Amino acid sequence: MSDKLVISGLSKTFSSERGTTVALNDFNLSVGDNEFVALVGTSGCGKSTLLSIAAGLESHDDGRITIDGEDIVSPGLDRGVVFQSYTLLPWLNTLQNVEFALLGAGKSKSEARDIAQSHLELVGLQGFEKAFPSELSGGMKQRVAIARALSYRPKMLLMDEPFGALDALTRHHMQELLTGIWEKHRLTVLFITHDVEEAVYLSDRVAVMTNRPGRIKTIVPITLSRPRHYDMVSTQEFQHLQRKVLDAIRSESLAAASLASALA
Amino acid sequence: MPQQNKRSGTNRRFALGGKISTAEYLGISASVFAVLTILWYLTTYFGLVRPLFLPSPAKVISRLAELWASGQLFIDLGISIYRITFGFLVSTVIALPIGILIGSYRGWEAAIEPFVDFIRYMPVVAFVPLTILWSGTGDAQKLLIIFIGTFFQQVLLVMDNVKSVPKDFLNLGRTLQMPELRILQRIVLPSALPAIWDSMRISLGWAWTWLVVAELVAATSGLGYRITTAQRFFQTDLIFGYLLILGVLGLTTDQAMKYAGRKLFRYLNVR
Repeated sequence: MSDKLVISGLSKTFSSERGTTVALNDFNLSVGDNEFVALVGTSGCGKSTLLSIAAGLESHDDGRITIDGEDIVSPGLDRGVVFQSYTLLPWLNTLQNVEFALLGAGKSKSEARDIAQSHLELVGLQGFEKAFPSELSGGMKQRVAIARALSYRPKMLLMDEPFGALDALTRHHMQELLTGIWEKHRLTVLFITHDVEEAVYLSDRVAVMTNRPGRIKTIVPITLSRPRHYDMVSTQEFQHLQRKVLDAIRSESLAAASLASALA
Repeated sequence: MPQQNKRSGTNRRFALGGKISTAEYLGISASVFAVLTILWYLTTYFGLVRPLFLPSPAKVISRLAELWASGQLFIDLGISIYRITFGFLVSTVIALPIGILIGSYRGWEAAIEPFVDFIRYMPVVAFVPLTILWSGTGDAQKLLIIFIGTFFQQVLLVMDNVKSVPKDFLNLGRTLQMPELRILQRIVLPSALPAIWDSMRISLGWAWTWLVVAELVAATSGLGYRITTAQRFFQTDLIFGYLLILGVLGLTTDQAMKYAGRKLFRYLNVR
């Protein structure tokens, strides 16, 4: 498997009047072609910063980050980004929201319509083309956002806690939808989450981050077979993998807690 | 328990974030007007206050009818509406691009915002003598006062509206590799538009105040001028009548803009 996204020795420091914060330090991770990698960690460990850098929305200080061997210096259509906050434009209906991206990517009007239509079908939203975001539930909005990010055929998908704001049931539906799409179309995905079950269920590998400054603590390969089903969650293998990821995160949050009490 | 249900029904109407039907809403607000009018009527009917200070509703209405018949009312209204329309439009047309500019670019904000804020804190009435010196007591001076009173507020309101556009909306445009100017046109402006519309509605209310202030101090026509002359002749009924007209005009334009806003930005709450 060739590597799509390669991050090596990446570091990022934020400085403000209140001092400097090292968000990432010597961060190394590779995401292979057609691989689904979840990045988990305690809140504030820098995982969202990493995604912003990969999206080209944020700069980095040291190290390299490349996609297909090319340095990432700015946002680009080769990476589709799905934000936690849906980011559907409220004055456009569902179809127009997807078309918006395609027209931006330089597609013709009729081409954009066809592609948008087919991607709405992909996420199961046929019949909702004319609906405005204010009419849609959170899950439906995020489906539109996924359809939009996929529509212009980026090389990879960057997802920043996309299901974080959804209720548990809707979240499960969305996870099944996403694995379904992934298994059919074989995309390269970097998925940020703090939900360990979600990470294990979706991924080929789960990368666990340390506390700030964030770096990779350990990588857990997910050996579950595909296609994935929700029944798998209760299997011993799944539980075991989930346990492994949880233990890694738990030692980090314990470390953070003891540090906090030592400082207090 | 029917008793319980009944109570929760009233609680809902006056609960935090409670809901209410349009009919109920109109009923309550109309009742308040009705009660106040009745109180006014009774106060004058029993002679609790001297008519010089508080004329009866009938006196006010007959005075307005008189001015209506003679055409004076429409002359006064016409000139005031002309001034406010012109003053408000000029102010809005200049404030919009500047507000958008300083709301979008920090550099321009640094150049313009502190200055605008500085002027905003100068009381508009204090500009009246100056504007009379500059431009006499004609229409130009009224427009200038409306402009000074409205423009600087509008610029800051629009700036805030533009700044409230979610950061992720900008990031969306960037990830789609849209040029900055296109992000501004296609994402920032449509996104800020409903809030900007609301800001215009609010600032129109202020423009009415500044118009009347200007007309009260130095004018030879308009609603404010008529009120000053009425005071000289103790025509309290005319003052009341014109105040009522100003209130009705304000309420109607405000409601009209609210209604138009709901129609224009229907997509915001389709359900």
